Amino acid sequence: MSVELVGLAVLMFAVTYPARAIPLLVPRFEHLPPRALEYLRLVGPAVLGGIAATEVLIRQVPGGGFVLALSWEAVAVLACGAIVAWRRNLALGLLAAVVLIAVLRAAGIA
Amino acid sequence: MTGIVASAAGFGVVFGLTARGAGFSLVEAVAFSTIVFAGASQFAAAGMIAAGFGWPAIVLLTGLVNARHALYGAALAPWLRAQPRSERAAMAHVLTDEAFALSLVHFRRLGFTDRRGYWIAAIGGVFIPWNLATLTGYLGGQAVPDPGLFGLDIVFPAAMAGLAVGLATGRREVVALGAGVVVALAVSLAIDPRVGVVAGGLLGPAFGLAVPRRDPDVPEADELPADPDAFARPDRSEDGMLP
Repeated sequence: MSVELVGLAVLMFAVTYPARAIPLLVPRFEHLPPRALEYLRLVGPAVLGGIAATEVLIRQVPGGGFVLALSWEAVAVLACGAIVAWRRNLALGLLAAVVLIAVLRAAGIA
Repeated sequence: MTGIVASAAGFGVVFGLTARGAGFSLVEAVAFSTIVFAGASQFAAAGMIAAGFGWPAIVLLTGLVNARHALYGAALAPWLRAQPRSERAAMAHVLTDEAFALSLVHFRRLGFTDRRGYWIAAIGGVFIPWNLATLTGYLGGQAVPDPGLFGLDIVFPAAMAGLAVGLATGRREVVALGAGVVVALAVSLAIDPRVGVVAGGLLGPAFGLAVPRRDPDVPEADELPADPDAFARPDRSEDGMLP
């Protein structure tokens, strides 16, 4: 059984734990400049949105270049985002995306 | 707390399935859920491993995705100030989105720090369900030979999109999200998706900060107060001591 990725988990812990611990252990961390705190707050949606978009909209073409490619998978991901925005319910959004893709694939469309 | 437990368990099962699909061994999947214990970055890493990303890019993105935890610590720090340093260091490892939300609401409702409440929320409400569910999802995945057939391969990008939308609670977050997506796509087309995601994560927030607040005197939804003293402060701890 492979354990190679345990090393990656440790490295991921090494960059995650400080963000969690420093504010609790360093006195008066909450007195950081407001703009620094605001920047930190905005990183999450920007990174996660970028990951989702590149995952379903970017395709590698023979020769090594990258192109923008619309697909049913992108529609399903968009539907998930819309449902979360509407109902604030991630589980419902995920279920809708999975069911949509499963149905489209069963029908030979996606 | 039942909703949080159900959410952690459901999402944990999906992570177990995703990890299995990405080629993790059982030990590796469990190691991610116990050592990293940060859902969004675990999903991101699983997808990036499956896509062939190198470790440096995954670690960098993990740092970016989890940077928001610093805000949770900053908001809870005034409440936990009286706890022993070693206990606060341990509390930090289980400080997730859910643990933060549950404990802050709980402390504010009580008006004092309930350290047992924190541990119950963080360990009982999230850590244990998340890890048991990871195990269940991974082992249950043996019965699903082709996750793509059931649409399960869409879970990772859909979860990323859903989490991003869930965090976009104000105008600035929405602009940061939109800019992060546009920058990530543009840089991906010009260079590489690995570089694109990092560029979007770094530049997106800058666009968000450029958006003027609707009314400077009225905080946006979910906004940390500019004046740290405006954090709700506990009047006393559970044992009656001032923090």
